Amino acid sequence: MSNPAETPRSLVIERVFAHPPEKLWRALTESPLLAQWMMNNDFEPKVGRKFQFRADPMPNWNGVVDCEVLMIDPIQRLSYNWGVGDADSGLQWVVLWTLTPAEGGTHVRMEQSGFRPDQQAAYQGANYGWQKFIGNLEGVVGGLE
Amino acid sequence: MPGKANPVFRALADPTRRAIFEELTRQGEQTVHALTRYAGVSQPAVSKHLTVLKRAKLVRHRREGRETHYRAQPDALAPMVDWLRDYGAFWRDRFDRLEKLLERMD
Repeated sequence: MSNPAETPRSLVIERVFAHPPEKLWRALTESPLLAQWMMNNDFEPKVGRKFQFRADPMPNWNGVVDCEVLMIDPIQRLSYNWGVGDADSGLQWVVLWTLTPAEGGTHVRMEQSGFRPDQQAAYQGANYGWQKFIGNLEGVVGGLE
Repeated sequence: MPGKANPVFRALADPTRRAIFEELTRQGEQTVHALTRYAGVSQPAVSKHLTVLKRAKLVRHRREGRETHYRAQPDALAPMVDWLRDYGAFWRDRFDRLEKLLERMD
């Protein structure tokens, strides 16, 4: 609760894998490997590359995620937009992967942010009172990993 | 990834609306006038933001004389919490699959 305004803006999943960062990087950036654990895709590791993840359609979701590569920092960081739904009623997220060497493997951190950084700047001072909101989200995020 | 939470996310994606909602959550019921002073934007702009928050059911209002009073409805955040929970489950599942893939690689 030290910084309440941080909590509602992102979802973070972290795990240590007993494999070297180079191997994780391949799994994150080689399209055929990515397809085996994420979704079918036409990803290419180039900044500005527009690509899609495609899964089976579900109720309320056509199964398509529209993405664009935002940042590539080899074997350390990878970021892309994550757009679900059409331009008018859809939602735009940013997914950021961070790899850090850890004892016996690699610490992998996935952050999915819901609000663009430039939208945060205007109200950086507004660090208070999400109350139940924060309480709920802390429970959710705490239960994830 | 269903879009049930869309109106809530969209309403709170705007920093001014987020600030207004935060203020109502923190201070309890407020008049449009008080919120205008707080937000530092014009009253029509505040009213417009309140309309969006109202549509997302994040605030309720009541009229008293000439003043309209608004108050936060934190329960309306429930779909957003559900949505985050669903996405959390999605990513955990992907991490599990990644783990299995890594075993098969080399």
